[in-house]
Formats: sequence, C-alpha cells, structure tokens
Amino acid sequence: MIVSDNAPSMVLVVVMGALIATGVYLLLERSLTRVLIGVALIGNGVNLLILVAGGAAGAPPLIGSSDEPMSDPLPQALVLTAIVITLGFTAFILAMAYRSWQLHGHDEVQDDVEDRRIARRAEQGELDTRSDEATANAALEAAQVRDETEDVPDATSREGHR
Amino acid sequence: MSWLVPLPVVVPLICAGLALTQARRPRVQAVISLAALSVVLTVAVVLLFQADAGPLVVNVGGWAAPVGIALVVDRLAALMLVVSSIVLLGVLAYSVGQRASDVESSDDEQTPVSVFHPTYLVLAAGVANAFVSGDLFNIYVAFEIVLGASFVLITLGATSDRIRAGTIYVIVSLLSSVLFLIAIALIYAATGTLNLAQLGQRLPELPEGTQLALQVMLLLGFAIKAAIFPLSAWLPDSYPTAPAPVTAVFAGLLTKVGVYAIIRTQTLLFPNGALDDVLLVIALLTMVVGILGAVAQDDLKRLLSFTLVSHIGYMIFGIAVASQVGMAATIFYVAHHITVQTALFLVTGLIEQRGGTTSLAKLGGLAKLAPALAIIFFIPAMNLAGIPPLSGFLGKVGLLQAGIDLGTPLGYAVVVAGLATSLLTLYAIIKAWNKAFWQTAPSELPKVRTPRSMFGPAAALVVASCAITFLAGPMYRYADDAATDLRARSPYIDAVLVDGVRGDGESAEAVPTDDATTTAPEPGGEDE
Repeated sequence: MIVSDNAPSMVLVVVMGALIATGVYLLLERSLTRVLIGVALIGNGVNLLILVAGGAAGAPPLIGSSDEPMSDPLPQALVLTAIVITLGFTAFILAMAYRSWQLHGHDEVQDDVEDRRIARRAEQGELDTRSDEATANAALEAAQVRDETEDVPDATSREGHR
Repeated sequence: MSWLVPLPVVVPLICAGLALTQARRPRVQAVISLAALSVVLTVAVVLLFQADAGPLVVNVGGWAAPVGIALVVDRLAALMLVVSSIVLLGVLAYSVGQRASDVESSDDEQTPVSVFHPTYLVLAAGVANAFVSGDLFNIYVAFEIVLGASFVLITLGATSDRIRAGTIYVIVSLLSSVLFLIAIALIYAATGTLNLAQLGQRLPELPEGTQLALQVMLLLGFAIKAAIFPLSAWLPDSYPTAPAPVTAVFAGLLTKVGVYAIIRTQTLLFPNGALDDVLLVIALLTMVVGILGAVAQDDLKRLLSFTLVSHIGYMIFGIAVASQVGMAATIFYVAHHITVQTALFLVTGLIEQRGGTTSLAKLGGLAKLAPALAIIFFIPAMNLAGIPPLSGFLGKVGLLQAGIDLGTPLGYAVVVAGLATSLLTLYAIIKAWNKAFWQTAPSELPKVRTPRSMFGPAAALVVASCAITFLAGPMYRYADDAATDLRARSPYIDAVLVDGVRGDGESAEAVPTDDATTTAPEPGGEDE
C-alpha cells in the first residue's frame, strides 16, 4: 500500500462517497421532506470533500507553533461557512414543506402544470384559438394533480389546516 | 478611492438590518431602502469612472491578497454594478408605488410587507458581492446570499401557487450551489488557493485533463444559475408566479449574475478555450429551444421567461467565440438585456394590473384603453427583438460579426440560429402585441386605472433601456476596453497580486510559505 505524505484518510473518502450517493438518490424523490434529507446529506458529503481537499491531518493550526506539519485551516473555515448556509436553507425548506402540507395535504414537488396544459392543447390543435376555459383551471389542476406520492388516507382532514 | 469598493455590499446589508427594525413602519422602510440603493448607484457610477484607469482592489481586513479576500472592481464589474443598481432602484420604486397605491389583488393582500424591503436589500448586497469579489469562495457566499433572499421573495405570501413554483426553484438552486461547492473543493485540492488572480496563474499549469474537469464542474454550477439549455427548464416555471417586481428583478439580474460568473471564470481561469466549441453548440440550442418555447406560450409572463432563456444563448455565444469583438458585444448585450428584460416584466406587471390577467387569451384592446401602456410595452419589446436602431440590434450585430469572423461551419450555424431566434422573438412578441393590444378582448376588461406611482418607475426603466441606445458609442467603447482587459488577464492579476505573489496588506511582510496560510472568512457572509 502506498502512503503519500499528503494523502487524506481513506475513511473520509468512502464516507463522502456514501453520503453523496445516498443524497443524490433522495434528491430524486418526489417528496420534499426526502429531498431535504438528500440536500443535507449531500451538503455534509461536500463538506467532507473540502476537508479531503485540505490534505492530510496534522497538528492543530493557528494555536501556537508545532514541529509537526500543521493541518490546513482554510478548509475548516470554508466548511464552517458552508455548514451555516446549509443550516439556514434546511430551516427554510422545512418551513416550505410544512406550508405545502398545510395547503395541499402533501409535500410533493410537482411538475410544471402550465407546461402540461400547453402540450395537451397543442395535441388537440387549439393552440391559437382564443377561447379557452382551461386557463383558469391550471391552479385547480395544480391543487389536484399528484405525480407520484401516494394519497393521504383522509383527504378531509387537510381542510381543517387551511 | 478604493475605499468605495466594499460600499455596494456593506450599505445594503446594514440598511437591511435597519429596515428590519422598522418592520411596522412601511414608509420608513421604503425611505431606508430607496436611500440605500441611491447611495449604491452613486458609488457605482463613481467606480465606473475610477475603474477606467485600472482595477480597484481592496484586501478585506488588511490581509494581503492570496491569504485574505480581495474585492476587485475592474471595468466589467463596474459596468455590471451600475446597470444592476439602476435596475434594482427602478424595481424598488415600482414596488413602493405598488404598495402606496394599495393594490387590491388577492395575492398581494396577504403579502407580509415587513420582510420585503430587508430581503430586497440583502438581494442587492448579494448581487453586488458577486460582482466585486475576487475570491471563488466569496462568490459562492455571494450566490448563497442572493439565493437566500430570492427564496424568501419568490415565496412571498406563501400562496399555494408560489409554494409549488418556489419548491422547484429552491431545489434546483441548491443543486447548483452544491455543484459549485464541489467545484471549489476540487479546485482547492488541485491548486491550494481560491483567489481568482492566483488561480489565474496556477490553473494553466495543471494537466489539461484536470483543467477540463474543473472547468466543466464550474460551468455546470453556473449554467444552472444562468438558465442555459438543457439546464433551463426550471426558469419559466418558477419565475412567473412571483409578484411582478420580484419577477422583474429576478429575470433581469439573477441569470446575469450567472452569466457574469461564467465570463469571469472563462476568461480569467480557463483562457485556453477548451470548451469553446461545446459552448457554441449549447448557445445554439439555448437560443432555438428557448424561443420555440416562447412561441408556444399563451401567458405573457411565461412567454417573456422563455425569451429570457433564449437570449441567454446570445451571451453564451459571445463567450464561446471569445474574440475581442465577441467579448465586447457580450458585455454590451448583458447590460442591454438586464434593463430591457426588467422593463418588460415591470410593464407586464402594469398590464396585469390594468387587465386583471396576463393570459393572452383574455387580454385585448389595450392599445385603445391604455395607449401610454402600449407605448412603454412596444419600445422594450422591439428592443428585445433587436429592431434597428435600438440597443438590442447593436449588441446582436456585434455578436453576429464575431460569429462570422470565426469562419468555421459551427460559427456560421450559430449565426444563422441567432438570426432565426431574433426573427422568432419578433414573431412571439408581435403575437403577444396583437392579442393583448390590438384584438378586441373576448370579455370586457375591468375598469381600473394604472396608478401613476407604478407607471412612473416602469416608464423610467424603459427610458433607461433606451438611453443605452443613445449612449451606445461610449458604452461600446467601455465594453471593448473591458473585453481587452479580460482577454489580456494581466491587468486583473497584476492589480490583485501587486508584486506577482502577494497583494498589499498586513501579511505582505510574512514569509511566503505555502502551508502557513491563514484566512478570515467574510464577516457578512452568513445567510438568513
């Protein structure tokens, strides 16, 4: 096994890979809560990547001096900033998922409803006609259409949250 | 005069805090924000003239450049600062007018007024920070500031529609941030620095494959922000649901921040142009696919969002050509497009106000009902389509010239696509004009008056976009000089690293060893 002086720990690399892979999988889900967990996992994976980018571990930086090689303090500063930013956005997405559940009874990330409507009208060849009653229904459709997530057992309960 | 450089970031941030303390007095808030952005505009104009003599550099906290964070204003950054602060001020005046006139729209009724002004100022600070920072990680922080503010603005009021559209925007934006952060980590691993000037020295020494990988990662992150096809699908879905002033400022500025980052990194960090052909193809696709999307729309806001995507293609085209002519035309085109697109979205807000909707199926007869509105829609619309003698035409001529100079089949193909896009833009815009302004409305429009306090700022922005036409000579010269600097690279690098290794500042006397570097993260860099 070749050990270079500046090589980072293998454990970090493996953990980073696992975190990012899991995060990407969750990011592809429809439910906003799962997406949120995915974002958090990827964020932590990338933080590890920044640590890895700083090279091998060493004596604590900035505190006095040391004969040993010191670790690079810059990645630690970067990771700190990134953690704070991720924290803020996590809170925001949580609030958004809750609001979505309040309004719709689910937290699904929906497709572009208007886009689908236009595609449907184009199929029916009525794109250039001026009369359409469908326009107003885009909002209605957005409230009803579910792309993938399952139905909530009692749909009436969400009325109480409006 | 380099002490002016941090002001466009610091002033809005401090005033955002001030505005937050005045949450119950919307008038005071409005005064604070208008004052803050006026100061920023003044500073930006002074910087524009100062930067003409050479880039201005501030080492934050007195830490010398590669160790600390450098703020740099060169010609490109100064021009972007001026244009963005004009637009920000105009949109702010519009939204203040909207509130003053007490618009009774069901959406805006429940909009919390108190968060709008602070968030808007934070957005302004973030945009300015992205333009002035000379450090890759600081650009990331600036993007996050912009994102945090834009998340709040796009979901303002948290109505059902905005939450749906906002969710997509938030996820896509976070993904692009993650990609950017990964790129930063990889670049740091490869070069051991994040200072743009030092990266400009060190990156070309890397093996070509490594350079290419880093370039692709950076471009991916920025391309999502700039809404470049195929990474553009999020934009037309999420922008139109926000309140009119928010849509206007997003459409005008946020994508251009991405374009600015692409210009900066492509010219300074990756001057060998390894991806130029790929970018040309992408530019072609962005233009054509975007405008074909616009033709199919029957909602004015969505139509304009698609033209926005399509016209980003022109800028990428200029960046990909990377010649003197192409780069100058790109810079001019960015300045032109920021003002025109914002003006159009503001006018669309007025149309929505007057007609009660932006659906082209329901609007009609506005030319008779509101002739003034028709005029301020028509001028920027023609400008967007690139009708001579307006500035859109001048920018496009420069870009097409650069494409023809290239002389390759691909170059000609993109020129043809550019012309076709221009024609299709005209088609889409004229279709919208016919339906909304000339044809009779299918059902009678509500009888409301457009408040003068909203009409004024919108008209002022239209005038500003026309002013670019009249100032095209000096502006084109400025853009040309900026392009010369960008292509030479040395003015930027020499200004930041005064003696070739370090900037001036406290650590300039320290022994320059590679490992003993310290840094102070930007104090104002935290979000939310």
